[in-house]
Amino acid sequence: MSHLKALNRKAQRVLEHVQDEKKDVVALQRPPQMAPHFPLGCSLVFSPGWEADSNGGTAGLCQPVERDIFDCHIGCFWPAQVPDQLNHAPDWTAKCASAQKDWRKLDLVFPG
Amino acid sequence: MIALTRREFHLFQAAGRDFLYLVPSAAVFALDAPTSAVLGAVCEKPLSDEAVVAALAARFDGDAVRTAIRELVDVRAIGYEHQPVEQPPRMLPMMPFPLNTMVLNVTNQCNLACTYCYEYGEDKIVDTEHGKQSKFMSEQTALASVDFLLKESARVAHLTFFGGETLLNFPVLKSTIAYARRRAAEAGKEIDFSLTTNATLLKPEIIEFLAENHVGVTISIDGPREMQDKFRVFHNGAGSYDVVAPKIKELLRVHRTRPIGARVTLTSDTLDITRIYRHLTEEMGFWEVGFAPVTTSPQQQYAIGEHGFDRMLGQFRALAAEFLAHAAVNRHHGFTNVKDTLEEIHKGVSKAYPCGAGLGLLGVSTDGDVALCHRFAGSDAHKFGTVHDGIDRDAQTAFLQQHHINDKTDCQTCWARPLCSGGCYHEAHVRYGTTTRPNLHYCEWIRGWTDTCLQIYGELSERNPDFLARFDREEAKAEAVL
Repeated sequence: MSHLKALNRKAQRVLEHVQDEKKDVVALQRPPQMAPHFPLGCSLVFSPGWEADSNGGTAGLCQPVERDIFDCHIGCFWPAQVPDQLNHAPDWTAKCASAQKDWRKLDLVFPG
Repeated sequence: MIALTRREFHLFQAAGRDFLYLVPSAAVFALDAPTSAVLGAVCEKPLSDEAVVAALAARFDGDAVRTAIRELVDVRAIGYEHQPVEQPPRMLPMMPFPLNTMVLNVTNQCNLACTYCYEYGEDKIVDTEHGKQSKFMSEQTALASVDFLLKESARVAHLTFFGGETLLNFPVLKSTIAYARRRAAEAGKEIDFSLTTNATLLKPEIIEFLAENHVGVTISIDGPREMQDKFRVFHNGAGSYDVVAPKIKELLRVHRTRPIGARVTLTSDTLDITRIYRHLTEEMGFWEVGFAPVTTSPQQQYAIGEHGFDRMLGQFRALAAEFLAHAAVNRHHGFTNVKDTLEEIHKGVSKAYPCGAGLGLLGVSTDGDVALCHRFAGSDAHKFGTVHDGIDRDAQTAFLQQHHINDKTDCQTCWARPLCSGGCYHEAHVRYGTTTRPNLHYCEWIRGWTDTCLQIYGELSERNPDFLARFDREEAKAEAVL
């Protein structure tokens, strides 16, 4: 800005917003930063992923397959359906201390 | 023709230039000559970009005007007629909101009988003689309140003691502070203490206790003898100045661990603000003085009427000019009303609610009922649970839903709403019988005062920007403690 001088902190933020608005549209962008959102551990950021290892199996993955149970629904753009652990099913993982070993103990949860 | 038209803002002048206060973002920008001229032209009547360029061609180069227009459109000071104005979303705060300050009404009794006091007159919230609330808070309730505060707070908690006359219940205050220190240490939280008192009961051992425990003290006092004794009287009608003056001087001499402030209630009879300020700072020795108009119904003779607000504004401005002269050369000035507003302007505060009551601040009555704030302590209609059972989240949410600024229709056309947000709930309750109404009786005063503070902000941004940067540094320091 060459004519307007931002004085207080909110004016600074308004300027940041104005600059963000002028940036290009990018994949996976989300407001208010208008910058791309990088999902964690996803193939989009060139993680080898956990679907299959180089031999077509799951033994050599850099992260256990069970990770998607807990990670996709938080960090990834791909929506994994998991129970609402804050409100309705706080004890959903109570019997599952280690996803790799105990994933069979994760119970089915029905909407109440 | 696609015409440019003005959006919501307040224009003010300081240090020989124009400034812009944007609403509702509360952003402050300094303008140069082309942007001032563009705003002037667009405010007169809607004009297309090229019409603005043509109108200003004699004074400014066309490219300069075009970039000025672009920048003003970008920050939403002006916009094109056909474009819808973006409305800020009506969002409720995240819940549960951490409790920051708890005000403990340790008694509703008072040894003074100030004739303007809302507690014993206008607000009819608590019957202090025959009501069901206890006259004094028991130690048990006070300790339960501490547990409640530490449970509901984040890392830092503030505990304020209030009354009635707070020091009438000094024994409970003393044991509560000791208990709170211990419990806060166990919980890994920080706690600090403050109180408000009329100073009549201060004595050496109390003063020593307050100093040793770093208890912040606010003294309710109205100024020199004739002003203090006009309303702040004992039950027999005798004035309190001669009793409190030596005690306050002793307090100010001994208690050096926290700044001690005076809190002045202004009435139509005691509006000599500069004189009050001089007396309390220079003769009495207070570090800071804050002023607030009396809360009462308009029928009372001492209520500040329309002309009174004009007079008050004139006097506030005179004292504010003095504040500016001091701040420009980094000297302390104790007129807290200016400093508090400057800080809010600097941060760009845009409030959905007028104050923290019902959010980060709650009051507790003598019986342990949790209330909207200390002024509503003991009111069944403004009760948010008890310290024993916790906060009634449904009541709290309902209150916040009913009091959002977007629902105060009268405020929607006012540029001062980011800072005022309709004003004090208790004032509205006394004036209009409901907390949901904005305080329309002092709108002109609020706008006048906000404009004054904006001008001081503009002046300081030119003459001593470091004074304003101090607000950032102080906050960084406060956050470092968290």
